[in-house]
Amino acid sequence: MVEWFTVLQVAVAVAAGLLCLVLGLVGRLPSDLTLGATAVVFVFLLGQVVVALIAPAVGNVASGSLLEFWMYLVSAVLLPPLAVFWALVERNRWSNVILGVVCFAVAVMVWRMNEIWFVQVA
Amino acid sequence: MPSQSSSRAVGVGRVLIAVYAVLAIAATARSVVQIVERFEEAPLAYLLSAVSAIVYLAATAALLGRGRVWYVVALLAIVFELVGVLTVGVLSLTMPELFAHPSVWSGFGYGYAFIPLVLPILGLVWLAVRRPGADARGTSAEHVMVAPR
Repeated sequence: MVEWFTVLQVAVAVAAGLLCLVLGLVGRLPSDLTLGATAVVFVFLLGQVVVALIAPAVGNVASGSLLEFWMYLVSAVLLPPLAVFWALVERNRWSNVILGVVCFAVAVMVWRMNEIWFVQVA
Repeated sequence: MPSQSSSRAVGVGRVLIAVYAVLAIAATARSVVQIVERFEEAPLAYLLSAVSAIVYLAATAALLGRGRVWYVVALLAIVFELVGVLTVGVLSLTMPELFAHPSVWSGFGYGYAFIPLVLPILGLVWLAVRRPGADARGTSAEHVMVAPR
């Protein structure tokens, strides 16, 4: 992993999470804005997959468990599409809250992945 | 489409289910890693990890399901969860040698922002609110779901 990319990714996920959560709690329906914000979080996660695939080849090796790292990454990649899918099927305010919760979960998971990569000793 | 929603997968209940789903994924992934990589280090704690993962998956599915059978399954899963997080929470503090290795329920779920402790309580409250047949709200909610908006 690359530290600045992690920080950027966590910041984006937290911002998107706050946006979706607040809009949902004030009663807004899922919109291009909230679905788009979640989509951005998803694109960053795909970027993280590419980074994690390339990094070891250029000498940036994970210090911790690779299995655990990929479990987190694969789970995180699954979350935004599932939340967006549910928001499209059932369009009400709670879908926005769910988008927000999922974005926060992604932020926590990416932070944990960063710990596994740099701090954890396998 | 509306007819596919169960009476429990409506409104704020959907947020509850989403959080359950995330926790189910997290617990499953963690327990797979623990069992594959170092099961012999703490078999009891890691078995409990796997059990908690299965219970979260069951609770998620049961909350999404329709009807009385799924209601009972959801109730059993959530009660099991509450007992589990309380028991493992106490044991991880009083007998750390048995539960030195982290699981979703260790220390009352402190590794997961205490969500595992709060979630079953919210789940039971939600099940009480959406009790099947006991009040008219369940059926009226179905009508709301069917009514065009």
